[in-house]
Amino acid sequence: MDKLETHVASLDAEHELAMPGPGDLFPEPDTAPSARRMVLNMGPQHPSTHGVLRVLLELDGETILRARPEIGYLHTGIEKECEVKKWQQVTPLTDRVDYLANLINNLCYALAVEKLLQLEVPEMAQWMRVMLSELTRLNSHLVWLGTHALDMGAMSMFFYCFREREDILKIFEMFSGQRMMTSYIRVGGLALEPPRGWQKVVSDFINGFDSKVDEYEELLNANPIWMQRTKGVGIVPLETLIDLGVTGPILRAAGLKIDERKDNPYSGYEKFDFEVPTYTGNDVYARFLVRMDEMRQSTRIVKQALAGMPAGAWIAKAPGIILPDREQMKTQMEALIYHFKIVTEGFPVPAGEVFQVVESPRGQLGYYIVSNGSSKPHRLFMRTPSFANLQSIPAMLEGRLLADSIASMGSIDLVLGDVDR
Amino acid sequence: MLPEPLAEHPVAGPLDQRFPGAIVEGKFALGEVSLFIDPARIVEVCSALKQDFAFEQLTGVTAVDWWPQEPRFEIVYQLHSISKNRRLRLKVRISEHDGLDSVTPVWRGANWYEREVFDLFGVTFSNHPDLERIMMPADWEGHPLRKDYPVHGHRYSYADE
Repeated sequence: MDKLETHVASLDAEHELAMPGPGDLFPEPDTAPSARRMVLNMGPQHPSTHGVLRVLLELDGETILRARPEIGYLHTGIEKECEVKKWQQVTPLTDRVDYLANLINNLCYALAVEKLLQLEVPEMAQWMRVMLSELTRLNSHLVWLGTHALDMGAMSMFFYCFREREDILKIFEMFSGQRMMTSYIRVGGLALEPPRGWQKVVSDFINGFDSKVDEYEELLNANPIWMQRTKGVGIVPLETLIDLGVTGPILRAAGLKIDERKDNPYSGYEKFDFEVPTYTGNDVYARFLVRMDEMRQSTRIVKQALAGMPAGAWIAKAPGIILPDREQMKTQMEALIYHFKIVTEGFPVPAGEVFQVVESPRGQLGYYIVSNGSSKPHRLFMRTPSFANLQSIPAMLEGRLLADSIASMGSIDLVLGDVDR
Repeated sequence: MLPEPLAEHPVAGPLDQRFPGAIVEGKFALGEVSLFIDPARIVEVCSALKQDFAFEQLTGVTAVDWWPQEPRFEIVYQLHSISKNRRLRLKVRISEHDGLDSVTPVWRGANWYEREVFDLFGVTFSNHPDLERIMMPADWEGHPLRKDYPVHGHRYSYADE
């Protein structure tokens, strides 16, 4: 008993000591400038960083003095991995770089390797690639819109956007068997023949989509809370943005008409009629408007692709590079030999280098591929848009309020897999 | 020396005249232009390209390791002229212990790309504002994208025990 009592008494004493006196609870504010500064660690697990981004913020009250992004938490070494994979084995890795724009990453890789191989892709495959790229853009923008609005408290937007996104993922699943890691665009064409009845599924979705965009705009465009949170926030001069290597919707929101689909058309984009939306606000609100307009333009492109889809082969005929038809393998010895050689040895790609750029939902996506003539890439560098866009974070945040940092970061549309690779 | 089709090129020709000897070699293949630049003169060539040839944006910087050849590294700069809708590739050949001048004073966007090359290839850039590892942890040993670095790594990132 003695022991217990002394123990309780000692606890009491500690408790007494720990209890702050009135002066400790409300200390006199220290007004020296050095005392008002603090360093706030945001992330890597913060929900509004959309992944594992860490930003160190030096604050003076609520004003950000300095911001320093720390990346690398999602570094998976995909570029190193590509160097030990055969050319055809790289395609599934490209899905995992930007997991919201997987088909556009597939396309960029396929175009680059086809350029090295000087391989002609059938027209139907090209049109299908364009259609799927634009559906991917819709998918990516929907995720961006939902999470960006959620960050700023508009929760219902998230549900509406993911409702439509689900339809797009079902289309991807119908085509490739996979919802996200599709690997559907391969070197030479497509991975599989398009499924029976795809026209109806895509047209049902796309014909109803314009009214869905109307719904989003009704909810947000003139919403006073949304305008207050986004207007005049995150402004960086256009020259600085270009200097920092920023591309995509951020530049278009600053009034620069830049779009790789128009400037250097690839995969037959020159046959499609669409506009490049630009705004001059250069703030979070303008970036929002640009992406909303891009959704309408993507819808237009998908409709045109649906109406004018040519018939024909879905993959190029290139013995020794493209896997032969299953039926041919049962009757022709050459087909069987080619199949065996491609699967075991891979196919050689002529020595050379190529830098292929496509327009991803986030900006310019570039694959720089160096081949030494073997069946594996010698070097594959992914110029991902998010990596360059993320460099503009200090310029966007410094000197602004802490609450605006969420809106600014959302407007960059970060995908951390795309940053860290 | 510039090969025949490049002497007519709107950038390569005038650049060669303005900086005699700075362009070591030129290549034109698959519709893309690559110019090999003398490593000591990369910054002056780059600032001239930005100021007078309208290459406003640096799309990316990376390296290619040709180990065991010497010089083992090729540093690759992808330049983009937005106003002229033109792309250009600059290359610099350096060996393992040669440093290179940073082009961050020319394009601010080079900052992270050079940090990445430093981190993954071990090439040092002098005059860089903040040359630290960017992808790998700060205490990491080795440079993973080098060809003599095994794919599975030398050790795990956490304690082996």
